[in-house]
Amino acid sequence: MSTKTHVTCIINGDETDFLTEDGESLLNALRDEVGLTGAKEGCGTGDCGACSIIMNGDLTASCLVFAPEAQCSTIVTVEGLADGDHLHPLQQCFLEGAALQCGVCTPGFLVASKVLLDRNPNPDDTEIRYALAGNLCRCTGYDKIVRAVKEAAVQLRENGKVQA
Amino acid sequence: MTIAEDPATTNPGYKWVGTRPIRPDGFEKVTGRAKFGADLYLPGMLHGAVLRSPHAHAKILSIDTSEAEAMAGVKSVITGDDFPPAMGKEKDMASNTIARDKVLYEGHVVAAVAATSRAQARAALDAIKVTYEVLPHVLTVDQAMAAGAPVLHDGMLTKGSEPAATEPSNVASRVIYQGGDLDKGFAEADVVVEHEFTTKPVHQGYIEPHAAVADTTPDGRSTVWCSSQGHFAMRTYSAQVLGWDSGRIRVIPAEIGGGFGGKTVIYLEPLAIKLSQKAGRPVKIVMSRDEVFRATGPTSGSRMTAKIGATKDGKITAADVHLWFEAGAYAGSPVGAAAMCCLAPYKVENFTIEGFDVVVNKPRVAAYRAPGAPISGFAVESVMDEIAKSIGMDPIEFRLANVVEEGDTATYGPKFPRIGYKETLEAIKNHPNYQEPLGPNQGRGIAVGFWFNAGMNSSATVNVNEDGTVNVLTGSPDIGGSRASMALMAAEELGVDVARISPNVADTATVGFNDVTGGSRTTLATGGAVVNACRMIIEDLRGRAAKQWDVAADQVEWVDGQAQMVDGSQPPLSLADIAKGWARTGGPIAASASLNARGVGAGFSTQMCDLEVDPETGVVTIVRYTTAQDAGRAIHPSYVEGQFQGGVAQGIGWALNEEYVHNADGVMENAGFLDYRMPVASDLPMIDTVIVEVPNPGHPYGVRGVGEVGIVPPLAAVANAVDSATGKRICHLPLSPIRILDALLEG
Ligand code: FES
Ligand code: FES
Repeated sequence: MSTKTHVTCIINGDETDFLTEDGESLLNALRDEVGLTGAKEGCGTGDCGACSIIMNGDLTASCLVFAPEAQCSTIVTVEGLADGDHLHPLQQCFLEGAALQCGVCTPGFLVASKVLLDRNPNPDDTEIRYALAGNLCRCTGYDKIVRAVKEAAVQLRENGKVQA
Repeated sequence: MTIAEDPATTNPGYKWVGTRPIRPDGFEKVTGRAKFGADLYLPGMLHGAVLRSPHAHAKILSIDTSEAEAMAGVKSVITGDDFPPAMGKEKDMASNTIARDKVLYEGHVVAAVAATSRAQARAALDAIKVTYEVLPHVLTVDQAMAAGAPVLHDGMLTKGSEPAATEPSNVASRVIYQGGDLDKGFAEADVVVEHEFTTKPVHQGYIEPHAAVADTTPDGRSTVWCSSQGHFAMRTYSAQVLGWDSGRIRVIPAEIGGGFGGKTVIYLEPLAIKLSQKAGRPVKIVMSRDEVFRATGPTSGSRMTAKIGATKDGKITAADVHLWFEAGAYAGSPVGAAAMCCLAPYKVENFTIEGFDVVVNKPRVAAYRAPGAPISGFAVESVMDEIAKSIGMDPIEFRLANVVEEGDTATYGPKFPRIGYKETLEAIKNHPNYQEPLGPNQGRGIAVGFWFNAGMNSSATVNVNEDGTVNVLTGSPDIGGSRASMALMAAEELGVDVARISPNVADTATVGFNDVTGGSRTTLATGGAVVNACRMIIEDLRGRAAKQWDVAADQVEWVDGQAQMVDGSQPPLSLADIAKGWARTGGPIAASASLNARGVGAGFSTQMCDLEVDPETGVVTIVRYTTAQDAGRAIHPSYVEGQFQGGVAQGIGWALNEEYVHNADGVMENAGFLDYRMPVASDLPMIDTVIVEVPNPGHPYGVRGVGEVGIVPPLAAVANAVDSATGKRICHLPLSPIRILDALLEG
């Protein structure tokens, strides 16, 4: 019998625990064990950003993290972006700006964009494009994604939700 | 920006069509709720894994699965022996799904297992012993057609060759389109330009790998959840590969994370069904990215020649185009479509277009957005650009001088109905970007593209709920906002608020047959079925109102979502009013419509690329990109723009970076996103779009397909811009820094 590791961490504000095999990725643990399937595996090698989560405040490719490394960490996934039934401005702006076509890259883009705006409330186009360069989207050509992030930045600044 | 042909006549005051509401499936997709192929979990579900050939071409001498089968946690193991012989119409698809006696490319499926954990499934693959006799392989069309080349398929006689083929070869077929007299045409030319071109296979690159879950019950029926461009096709193909009746398989569509043509064929579904049948438990198989590259898609690599002549005042006199396309391991490259499309935008009397479909030891090609047209378009549009340059004519004026319009006969045969091609040329000519000055090392490239678009079969069911809200069911997977356009068309027809319409993608057991979401056909054909079903509902509603008012049905009209007496003698009845009382007027209100869509409207796009070449490194930066495309009618303009932009981005990747790299052993060397370099956000500028609306007379709202033609012009637009920036005509893709530097250093 393979031995499993018991991992305890905070996910989207809730104390959560799960069992995992040592070689398993955090992405697989989140999806298979915790049941949060918002993060996707597009590559498993850190090259597409579909598995993006925020781990201890940093944008993280969860496919590159071993699940046991999550012990005592604080994790935010796409499922934790909205406040109850109140969408995060990024989510709202992606919807209004049609910044998703198939939508499979969207969780990763939303998470990466949140990390960007948390750190830089007023990014220009180039800063947005470089901040999101670790996320692949094959459908949109990025135009509407960049516009949605810009618009969300405006709304967040107006709402004063981001400290300048 | 939207340019309607004539707003006064083409915009008849629609209330919903042409608006931009939030797509109904959007909330699930921005909150992580949407279930894509890999997101389904069933109790007791096993993990499947697939063993693939390490060789490009080999005979399978034996497969020993006994050790794998004996391993703890391994519940089923399958090989080609578990399937009926590959026969009939989908013979190639069957042997591509799982090899029988021979593997034809690196990545070809040899066996599959299902086990209680991922790790155990992988370990079981390692325990399967396959003995191969390695055969010599061919990787390019030239190798495949060389004298003495190893033949992939014993019985392959070239179809369409003259004289008829008598010896097997790797050339599956030859197509030819001809008109006029080539010699006469070239004799009339003042300038003749001829080049040879090559392109590499490129992958569709959808971000979601293929995934399937199957639950096969002891009565020999199976329910399959998978992400695909057409769950009915998945059912049909799987049934054929398994030798089952279609009715034994129910396919439930997951959300699909991109397809671009690559998810119109089966890979995993029959394997999952079989593994589940043998194990007696549900089985999920998810491909890794590595597997996606090695064993799915891509589209063809090619070699082409294009020779075109024109007079000095810009009239094309002759065109001679020859295409050799890699099909991968089985016949079926898109060379036929490539041949039909490449000269379609031009009025040319004297022409020959010849194409060859050539099998090689690489993965079997799958459709990729306007299959074939970008490849042949690269050759023809590059030569057209050079002709325009050599006679000193503006590239748009040159196209306008040879433009096809309604009533002209296309080089591939039919007469064009109403098309908006000229309008796309004019839209670019009049766009402010066309006047933007270029800086040092910058260049501007123009190219055009044509794609037929498809019609095919669709069904829709419209159910009115008891409160007058409406459920719309179709069987067309929503790959980029089609639920939104179905809802908008239903709202427009019924005259109710789009928020009261719920569009759904229903499974194979709950809605009528739909062909795949492909060929840019969904808004046209499935949308047409929705419109027809709504019109049936309106007929029904008028009848019910007439009954209630005790008048003849022709005394009742349906206006703004309510039944009204023509003479206004009764207070109107809304959809909700009639629904509330349906028990008295004939029961629930529902209608289904099916059609084989006719009246397909062809798609044209004109594009302009402005770029800068770094003379030190050969690196290209796209500085501006402008695309104008005829949408017929944009039902939801945001998603139409999105289709334009997405096609352009893929085309830029194809032009600049993307390629399959195989080593001498036929093993793919760049099967990951790090080395197969698709454009990221920092590689691209905004992509400026112009929606041209010249309504398609074949659709109630004038819709033309918009999904595909946008990827046709970029390959040449980029190459033409590189030529404009550097004076170097590069005829080989991708235009990687090294290739551009080499050209610059040639002096
Ligand atoms: S799945 Fe983690 S980066 Fe692609
Ligand atoms: S919307 Fe499909 S990959 Fe981004």
